[in-house]
Amino acid sequence: MDLNFTQEYEDFRQQVRGFLKDHKGHAPARTSRAVSGKARLAWQKILLEHGYAARTIPKEYGGYGAESDVLKSRIIAEEFAKAKTLGGITGQGINMLVPTLLELGTQEQREKYIAPTLRGEMVWCQGYSEPGAGSDLASLRTAAHIDGDDFVINGQKIWTSTAQFSDMMFCLVRTEPDAPKHQGISYLLLPMDTAGIEVRPLITMTGAAEFNEVFFTDVRVPTTNIVGKRGEGWMVANATLTHERGMLGNPDAALSRLNTIADIMLQETSSGAPLMDNAIYRDRLVTLQAEVYAMKFNGMRLTTNAKEKKSSGMAGLIVKLQGCELNHRLAALAIDVMGAYGVLYEDSPLLRDEGLWQTHYMFDLGLIIGGGSAQIQKNIISERGLGLPREPKVPKVPKGN
Amino acid sequence: MYFGLSDNQTLLQDSVRRTLERDAPLDDIRKFAQGDNTPLHTIHASLTELGLPLTLIPEAEGGLGLGVLEVALVQEMLGRYAAPSPFAATYGMAVAGLRVAQADKQAKDWLGRIASGVVIMAVGVNEQIDCREDCGVVASGDKLSGKARFLLGADLATHYLLAIKEGLAIIEKDAKGVKEIALTTIDKTRNVCALELKGATAHIIKDKGAAVAAMINSGRVLLAADTLGAADMMLEKAVAYAKEREQFNRPIGSFQAVKHMCAEMAAKLEPCRALVWYAAYAQDNSEEDSEAALMSRLAQTHLSEVGQYVARTATEVHGGMGFTDLLGLHYWFKRIGSNRLMLGAPEFVRAEAAALQNWGIKIGDKNWGKP
Repeated sequence: MDLNFTQEYEDFRQQVRGFLKDHKGHAPARTSRAVSGKARLAWQKILLEHGYAARTIPKEYGGYGAESDVLKSRIIAEEFAKAKTLGGITGQGINMLVPTLLELGTQEQREKYIAPTLRGEMVWCQGYSEPGAGSDLASLRTAAHIDGDDFVINGQKIWTSTAQFSDMMFCLVRTEPDAPKHQGISYLLLPMDTAGIEVRPLITMTGAAEFNEVFFTDVRVPTTNIVGKRGEGWMVANATLTHERGMLGNPDAALSRLNTIADIMLQETSSGAPLMDNAIYRDRLVTLQAEVYAMKFNGMRLTTNAKEKKSSGMAGLIVKLQGCELNHRLAALAIDVMGAYGVLYEDSPLLRDEGLWQTHYMFDLGLIIGGGSAQIQKNIISERGLGLPREPKVPKVPKGN
Repeated sequence: MYFGLSDNQTLLQDSVRRTLERDAPLDDIRKFAQGDNTPLHTIHASLTELGLPLTLIPEAEGGLGLGVLEVALVQEMLGRYAAPSPFAATYGMAVAGLRVAQADKQAKDWLGRIASGVVIMAVGVNEQIDCREDCGVVASGDKLSGKARFLLGADLATHYLLAIKEGLAIIEKDAKGVKEIALTTIDKTRNVCALELKGATAHIIKDKGAAVAAMINSGRVLLAADTLGAADMMLEKAVAYAKEREQFNRPIGSFQAVKHMCAEMAAKLEPCRALVWYAAYAQDNSEEDSEAALMSRLAQTHLSEVGQYVARTATEVHGGMGFTDLLGLHYWFKRIGSNRLMLGAPEFVRAEAAALQNWGIKIGDKNWGKP
């Protein structure tokens, strides 16, 4: 154990602080939810130039070309958070598609797509889930057949975040209907303005359209828009799913939520006494604090293992399940300590924190379900982590029998 | 920045694991639980041969001068094998307190005696944490009177070390005016006792509270480490059983109802490892004393909750067999249950953690302990 950073890293931290001091005036507000927008793109340009976005992507594709160093990434994240400054653009294009193209794309695809994606000019959505293919993703039925030099796509995707303002989609379609289900899938890239694509917003329990449904009717994309070979889409997609799981369950976000709740409990009074004087609220807060720290230290352990190029095994497998669950319970405590005020929502008078906690409480339940549901996570933990046997496959039983 | 164990720390823990794998099989734990002290002596001799009692003792006093983290790694293994040992009380808590009080020559001398192996201490701090009935020990000069309960590490002890208002009090086991009362607890893998003192002579090492705090803090970390090891073992046993036991022509571990129980245990338990490491590390390395105090409390209470969950769930995975004496799983179940209530039940300790952060009422307020 050595929680100090060496001089090299302390120097790097100073460098990040210096950058923030000089440039943070150009950063759009952190609440800015828009993926693009002029100010955001201008800020992204500055971040790319200085290596605070796309840090490890090779220069030839528009990245900064730095060697991968988890500690430096961590320092950047810490300093940006401390300065309450918006970081580089995230999203499925940068987090999932770019690593996939670097690993499995053709040279032409890398040159065409990576740089504009990093600049934030090309926004991507992910077309994986379907109404009939959720946890059992490989049973997806959106089909593509070849006609001349094109794939012709028909079917429907669901849970497509950002589809309404995306330029492109990376998606999974069935190209070999007769092959076993995992071997009949291909990974395609398609412009969202292609004729035959219809995007319908999907309103969730939060009241916002955080997702969309996307319908395909005879949508034509050139056969060169495939990543990997025909029938290899499952393998290509799994390369990106690994990246997605890494995105969820950030322990620093949980710690910051916990501290905010503590502040609410210290400042807000009920019948003249601070909420913190309520022993049961306080007990719940400290219970969660211990869990937040356990996840924070677990995260530090993962960072060290990544730096040392050691496998983290179980410590990594549990992050999505535990992290999402913890955030949900933090939001639940925040709402409970507000008492009756906890039910206020939208633009109500007397609303606290712009309704943030109510949204968290509901949206975090969505995160427990999405991105590999809690039950799928438990299958992964028990099978890959503990070596328990898989559920035996059962022959398909037609409905009604 | 390196968050993890060093090669030496891993080697240390592995050597304790191998030793206890050999010297603390379930049959011996059972023998000890039934009153045969032979396994206790065997295990103590093995730990001594590895030099483990010296871990936390400063080099100047003949020890190795290592930290609470190393002690916690050893304790985790003792929990893993549900092994009887005075290790946590004497070589963890007592040494942690005495090394803080080192300015007093007496404390140095006692550390030397512990290092040489002639002194083993049972440790009593219960009344500093949760004083009930008419308990408490008062000093009049060097004479102590009163009642102390739930002394840890009563096995093999030659002396008692009590936390009192003035500091640390050390009493010889056979001193006049000392009555030891053996307590029977659910946990038969370790003994605890109570004391009734009537003018018993004590060596008093004056302390303003830092030594007692160090004993309690490190004791809490060690309880957490013990529970971590014990829960880890229960999870391993549950997984092994789920792979082997068949019902409906399938291993029960292929049913999601069972495998998800195992996954939940693993998901709750794995982050505990990092929490225990950090809480132990903080005892020797944090700039603020309050960090060591806070982290020991968070680790103890969190492991109490996760330990309780793992203990019952792992038992349930074993079905009816888990409930029997045949598998001996209950030794771990009860050890975890006992760890939960020693040195403060979770609600008390969480209230202390809150008070340390100025969250709500202060310890000792008239409403202390009331909901």
